[in-house]
Amino acid sequence: MKKLLTAALSAALFASTAQAQQLNFDDPAEFARQREMLTAKANGPEGEPWVQYYGDQMADTAQYKKEGPYTICFSNAGVNNAWRVTGWTNMQAEVKLHPEIKELIHVDAEGSDDKQISDIDDLINGGKCSVLIVSPNTTAALTPAVEKACAKLPVIVFDRGVNTKCPVTFIHPVGGYGFGIQAGEFVAATAPAGAHVLMLRIVPGVDVLETRASAAKRIFKEKGLNVIGEEFTEGDNAKTKSIVEDYLQRGSIDAIWMDAGATAVAALEAFEDSGLPLPIITGEDQQDFLMKWKAEGFKAIAPTYPTYQWRTPIIAAVKVLKGEAVPGPEWVMPQPSITAETLDQYVNDKMPPLHHAMCGCEKLPDYPAAWGGQ
Amino acid sequence: MIQETVGSAKAPGAARGGRLPKINPVFFVLAALLVAITLSNPNFVEPTGYMNFLKRAAPLAILAAGQIYVIVSGGFDLSVGSVITLTVVGSSVLLNNNADATWWVIPVMYAVGLAVGVVNGLVVSYLRVPSLIATLGMMITLNGAAFMWSSGSPRGYLPETFRFFGRTNIQGIPLIQFLPVALLVLIVVGLCLFWLMHRTNLGRLLHAIGDNPRAAQMSGVPLERVRIIAFVISSLSAVTAGILLGGFAGVSTDVGVGYELQAITACVIGGAQLLGGRGSVPASIAGALTLTAIFTLLNFIGLPKPVRDVVQGVILIVAVVLATYRRNRAGGT
Amino acid sequence: MNTATLTKRPAWRMERYAPALLLAAALAIYIAIALSLGHTRFLTPEAAVSILNRSIALGITAVGQTFAILVGSIDLSVAHLISASAVVSSAIMNGDPAMMVPAVLAVLLMGAVVGTLNGLLITKLEVNPLIATLGMALIIQGCLASFHGRFGGSVPDAFQYFAYGEVLGLPVSLIVLALLVLAAWAVLRFTRFGSNIYSVGGNRDTARAAGIKTARVVMASHIICSLCASLAGLYLASRLKSGSPWIGTEGAYDLESIAVVVIGGTILSGGKGGIWGTVAGVIIFSLIDSIFNLAGVDAFAKQVMRGIIIVAAVAFYAVRSKRIVA
Repeated sequence: MKKLLTAALSAALFASTAQAQQLNFDDPAEFARQREMLTAKANGPEGEPWVQYYGDQMADTAQYKKEGPYTICFSNAGVNNAWRVTGWTNMQAEVKLHPEIKELIHVDAEGSDDKQISDIDDLINGGKCSVLIVSPNTTAALTPAVEKACAKLPVIVFDRGVNTKCPVTFIHPVGGYGFGIQAGEFVAATAPAGAHVLMLRIVPGVDVLETRASAAKRIFKEKGLNVIGEEFTEGDNAKTKSIVEDYLQRGSIDAIWMDAGATAVAALEAFEDSGLPLPIITGEDQQDFLMKWKAEGFKAIAPTYPTYQWRTPIIAAVKVLKGEAVPGPEWVMPQPSITAETLDQYVNDKMPPLHHAMCGCEKLPDYPAAWGGQ
Repeated sequence: MIQETVGSAKAPGAARGGRLPKINPVFFVLAALLVAITLSNPNFVEPTGYMNFLKRAAPLAILAAGQIYVIVSGGFDLSVGSVITLTVVGSSVLLNNNADATWWVIPVMYAVGLAVGVVNGLVVSYLRVPSLIATLGMMITLNGAAFMWSSGSPRGYLPETFRFFGRTNIQGIPLIQFLPVALLVLIVVGLCLFWLMHRTNLGRLLHAIGDNPRAAQMSGVPLERVRIIAFVISSLSAVTAGILLGGFAGVSTDVGVGYELQAITACVIGGAQLLGGRGSVPASIAGALTLTAIFTLLNFIGLPKPVRDVVQGVILIVAVVLATYRRNRAGGT
Repeated sequence: MNTATLTKRPAWRMERYAPALLLAAALAIYIAIALSLGHTRFLTPEAAVSILNRSIALGITAVGQTFAILVGSIDLSVAHLISASAVVSSAIMNGDPAMMVPAVLAVLLMGAVVGTLNGLLITKLEVNPLIATLGMALIIQGCLASFHGRFGGSVPDAFQYFAYGEVLGLPVSLIVLALLVLAAWAVLRFTRFGSNIYSVGGNRDTARAAGIKTARVVMASHIICSLCASLAGLYLASRLKSGSPWIGTEGAYDLESIAVVVIGGTILSGGKGGIWGTVAGVIIFSLIDSIFNLAGVDAFAKQVMRGIIIVAAVAFYAVRSKRIVA
């Protein structure tokens, strides 16, 4: 009774405001823009996507020119998942390529907006930083802190963005729609019309993940595929496997679309353990998935949110401090997907299962030991 | 609070001889849920249906059967989730993709679990830190340790020899077609823990400590030792659950997250009294199955996740309200 | 639940000064590390303010949690309530300064309702407080999740004064926290309600026998606890400009607030402790954070050390007592 009351009350509170402010994670214009970008040709050296960029708008950095050696400060949202661990290793290795960098000061916000704001404050007040790199935990929340930092020193943002144009540049791959398009189009092209598609997502409400899902849904609708469910796995292997098993008990699944590949292998195992042939599936560039794909040869694609983007902020920081122009205010880099044709380039049984293959790290110092490889 | 005679009808499943056994309502709730699942998905009565269900529930059931030891003795063990994570991540590091290493890696993980339980017990018994805080500290520490050990991401795969316990089904069994190894593990562990709790002196001592620690101590119960044993049993059951979960789902970095609260919830649904003195192993296992059944049912009905959270919260509270009501009616103030 | 409190012992002198000792130790380590690394900049008054500023949200929540724990209860729902408050306030305000007052009122009302429900569950239905508030946490999470992604909204610039404004060189938020602490201290020290909290937390049955309306005291403490969580949610909305539905849980404000209260010497079974201990606990936590940042400790090692520090700090008080703890 009491609980119903709370539920009702909060529901009423929410409902009174909810309708008017639905966030827009399904923007047809942005969808079209990213779809076009996926096939466009990027500027910069072939084979080194971490320094490539789309478009030709550059940011002038003459005002930041400074004598070395440099102290680079980095406010990191966290290293709380395998993707970020691979990326952070990339960044540390990239620093070793630049003798003009004296020190990399790293503060880890452990996934908390509140802490990251304090961290940025501390870094600015410490007065040692030549440049500040920020990987924001949440776009909106970090905006004020980044604005404050911009007034004091050059700022470079990457991965998730901020709602201000004040940073010298914002480095990121094509985007969430692009990811959803790559995965969605593969399923649409491979599965017959009317095929049963199960959408597995991590959590609702995260901007970059919502856009992946909305892009895929748009494509599935266009192609007349039958989305039999949209479930949230919280990135948990056991939960993923259970969900897929439950769906298999009630009917057939022809294809699985995932907004992130971390639990792709668990989803496949649900088919194996039920004695069913493996479905069409979209994963990501995690080694365990690539290994499985190589071994079993099912129909798959692995769109990526490349971890090589963690190299770029260091490269950009050094350029900025030398007064060289960098792509800006946005530095949009390629976002390749791994297909059956290119699989062999990326699969590597010497690397750990959660290593992200699209790291652009093969030629960096200490590879593969620093990434946990053998 | 009511001072009941130690051992009187506190374990409904165990009550026997002379009196009519009072059946714990959790068994009725579980039965009702299973019927509801069958109605919403007739395939559930097929072996694949219920066996998958049992296999999935096994880790939580084992965890709850261990947690109840600590709860009966009057404490909590919040560190079990992190022990699960540590088991999976640690095993992947130690195995290092070598399938032949399984035979020694599993004992090593049990040794780690033993150490964790002993430390929990020592901190609570001798440093007199409340178990809520002691095991919370342990949880934070172990999560960090798991990450440090693997430098943030597990270094190897879990080979099939390791995954045997959580993943393999023994085929060709008459009547039920196949039997998951995980279920076998659950049955064995469940029987052992049932016996230890309800048929030995240890169980009696645990109940006595939880009921009234001061009185128990006066009457010569080795308080510290019994509590340490309770924490050790809980940690060892967490290692077992970790082996099953790693087997079921493979390697990941956050397998154990949230399991501590689920295990406590399962015990509470099974009628355990927090802060001690009352609880039963079979009812806790039934509580774990009930919790899993609720999730499965909500899945089958297709309710969105938010509703599932609310339902879980409501059920948790209602279970405790009912248990208190039953207890009050059964006698006492 | 009363067994633990039945064996109450006279207060230890040591316990009274223990939080101050721990705080002094943390401070000494901080200063030593700053000096040895040559970061004298971190020893200025501005640095002190910035350290305190790290923990405003935790501080506000912990003040409330102190009431819940003192009365012999506990509140695990604060983290989710913080998220809900931040989300609801930014959704209602939606950038419009005119909506600030209604939003604040709505959020505080929501806090009061949650606190009342927690209190009712614990006192009238006799649900164990851990379970009652855990259940409440799940319910709030569910309500919040059902509106995931449907929320934009941000607080107007004027509202950000709460988090970023300064008066006489001191952050407004810090002043608010200080006033809150003073108010809490005054209530606990000088009012009948305050002494009732200690009596009820010490021994509920004796308190009831002494004619105290225990249910009412527990209820009021929970309402205070929830109101503080709502206020923390408002602060975070102001600091982050918008409320994200995971802001409370990602900060782990439920367990952290309990940890700082206990580190501050308030005992978990209730009836003993106070607000100044909690303040010391909060400052110790911010100092630990700053020390880790200064020394560049890696995130995973940080976690390991944090866990050990929590247990060690509590053991520091507890080890001398003869109390058998739960």
